Amino acid sequence: MLSSVPPFYYFLVSALIFIIGAIGVLVRRNAIVIFMCIEMMLSAVNLSFIAASHYLNSLDGVLMVFFVMTVAAAEAAVGLAILVLLYRGRGTIKADEINLLKW
Amino acid sequence: MIDYAWLIPLFPAMGFLFNGLIGRWCNLDKRVVSWVACSALGLSFLLSVLIFFSLLKLAPDARAAVPDKILFDWIVSGDLKTAVGYKVDPLSIVMALVVSGVSFFIHIYSVGYMHGDSGFTRYFAYLNLFVFMMLTLVMANNFLLMFVGWEGVGLCSYLLIGFWFERDAPANAGKKAFVVNRVGDFGFLVGIFLIFVHLGTLEFNQVFAKAHLLTPVTVTLITLLLFVGATGKSAQIPLYVWLPDAMEGPTPVSSLIHAATMVTSGVYMIARCQVLYSMAPVSMGVVAIFGAATAIYAASMGLLQFDIKRVLAYSTISQLGYMFLAVGVGAFSAGIFHLMTHAFFKGLLFLGAGSVMHALSGELDMRNMGGLWKKTPITFWTFLMATVAIAGIPGFSGFFSKDEILWQAFSSPHGHLFLWVVGAAAAGMTAFYMFRLTFVTFLGQCRATEEVKKHIHESPPIMTVPLIILAGLSVIGGYIGIPHVLGGRNYFHEFLAPVLGGLPEGSGHASFSPVKLAYANGGVEGSGGANLEIILMVVSVIIALIGIGIAFYFYIRNPEVPKRLAQRAKTCYTIIFNKYYVDEIYEASFVNSTKKIGNFLWREFDDGVIDRTVNVVGGLMLWWGRILRKIQTGQVQSYALGMLVGAVVIIILLIR
Repeated sequence: MLSSVPPFYYFLVSALIFIIGAIGVLVRRNAIVIFMCIEMMLSAVNLSFIAASHYLNSLDGVLMVFFVMTVAAAEAAVGLAILVLLYRGRGTIKADEINLLKW
Repeated sequence: MIDYAWLIPLFPAMGFLFNGLIGRWCNLDKRVVSWVACSALGLSFLLSVLIFFSLLKLAPDARAAVPDKILFDWIVSGDLKTAVGYKVDPLSIVMALVVSGVSFFIHIYSVGYMHGDSGFTRYFAYLNLFVFMMLTLVMANNFLLMFVGWEGVGLCSYLLIGFWFERDAPANAGKKAFVVNRVGDFGFLVGIFLIFVHLGTLEFNQVFAKAHLLTPVTVTLITLLLFVGATGKSAQIPLYVWLPDAMEGPTPVSSLIHAATMVTSGVYMIARCQVLYSMAPVSMGVVAIFGAATAIYAASMGLLQFDIKRVLAYSTISQLGYMFLAVGVGAFSAGIFHLMTHAFFKGLLFLGAGSVMHALSGELDMRNMGGLWKKTPITFWTFLMATVAIAGIPGFSGFFSKDEILWQAFSSPHGHLFLWVVGAAAAGMTAFYMFRLTFVTFLGQCRATEEVKKHIHESPPIMTVPLIILAGLSVIGGYIGIPHVLGGRNYFHEFLAPVLGGLPEGSGHASFSPVKLAYANGGVEGSGGANLEIILMVVSVIIALIGIGIAFYFYIRNPEVPKRLAQRAKTCYTIIFNKYYVDEIYEASFVNSTKKIGNFLWREFDDGVIDRTVNVVGGLMLWWGRILRKIQTGQVQSYALGMLVGAVVIIILLIR
């Protein structure tokens, strides 16, 4: 069933999701939403990996996906902890208000 | 015994280290310091005497061929091999004797003279260091080690002129001496370089053995450059200006460094290099002419000075001129002979001046002196002996050495009647100003203030004993070199002959001269030269007596005459009294133009080019930074945008 869909569509969907994620990262204020957008970008990449792995008959892509998922989980844990602390300290998690690290 | 020659300079070095390190740190008692300093010199002197006598035991030819005492290799680099080695031959041992002997007596004198000074330990440390350097200079067996001593004595001269550095005048005088000497040392160093480039060695024996390989032009150039060094160190025209100012130092220092030893090192150096100088008649002529010119020029400046030490300083320059005249006409041993007698009587004169200052609470102006002979008899009589010696009165040491120089200036193959005339005139001036000094200082009415008058006293024995010893040497020092025409035998000359060349033993003083043929009339061969020598001798003595007579007439009989004379020849008097305005001319030409160049380089080049370049580069960085730091907004999302754009650009570039 899978094989009836040409790989181009997989990559197209993947690219669309990636772009939506990237735009979200750039334009959204809420850090949690930005965070979710990053997760979305990672998932888009995962999709490309899986599709490529299937069409090339190789398990390398699948292997890579496991890594990505592991990193994403770890990142979620650390990132959310940072956000909690940020909120405690500054009372906001809006990305444009957190701009102390500058000249 | 000769093997231990290296100990001669080592004793003062140890004295320097002891006094300079332990003495200064532990604040040792003055008695300990002075004992260490004097005994170090005493040992050096004793050893010099012993080595001198063991050298005397050798055959004349063997004396010059004593192998150098090499201590250790110093610089070994490619072709340059230099050892620290000491040379023992008649010339160096004579110098070592004079240096260590005179230094010894002056050290003893200093113990009394510097008694109340707070820098007592420092003074003796410097003085010991000086003697070490001076002995290194005269005993070195190569040019480089000699140069070390040469610079070392210059350093000590600087340190001791500026000994009372809290006051401006000594500090400036020290600086002046150092800078003027640098000019001469530059020439000296370039001369050494030339020797090394052309001969590949710096050791005296090898240089002189290979000297015939040099072309005449090179030899002339080398010897002239070495002479430039000598004019600096030995205060000859045009670099003499530092010596009168050097009188700001303590008086025993003036005596030791600026009269007896250091300033004569130029004469010693030329005598040591006589092989080279003999190959360069042009250089010899230059040396002789500069020497004669300095002799009469400095003597004329001494005529009118009132500062007792400055008169002696100009006298020193003038006498050094005599020595250069001697070595310039090829009479090397006569130059060294005068160097020795001069060390005795001029050292004594300075010590006497110090004793006078001691009696008069530091007074230097002879117009405020007078009538001292009753109250300070020892100082007066010893001073008088030295004055008589320097004036060239027969029977005293100065007569023998000065007369030999004058005779050689006339008769030697390099000599000339003109040189004799200049030398004789300078001798007359010398007699005049020295007796003027003696008369005004010691005779007549005392012109000191009542306050000072009360304190006039003879110096303690520790100061007068060296005076007496040096006075004895000033009187008898000449008898080792009696001219042959007077029926004597010139032992000094014979002793130095293996090194300095000259007459074979026993040959007549006058008979080798070429003028003999020209002047001998009536065909009585040999006696013509001798007669002429006696005639010239008598003439120079008469000139000296005339000088003394004028001094007597001016300052004892008729003290109004010099004032009237000064009135009548006002321009001339002013010019000479102001030392021909040479200091002012140097100030205006060399010093100011150097300062101007320095100022220009500072303002225009340093500030304008180097600093500006650095500032512009730094400013650009700042400017860029100020603009570029705007990128760092602290907005994470703008960074993310940057990353994204960058990634996209890279990808586009990669897949294109």
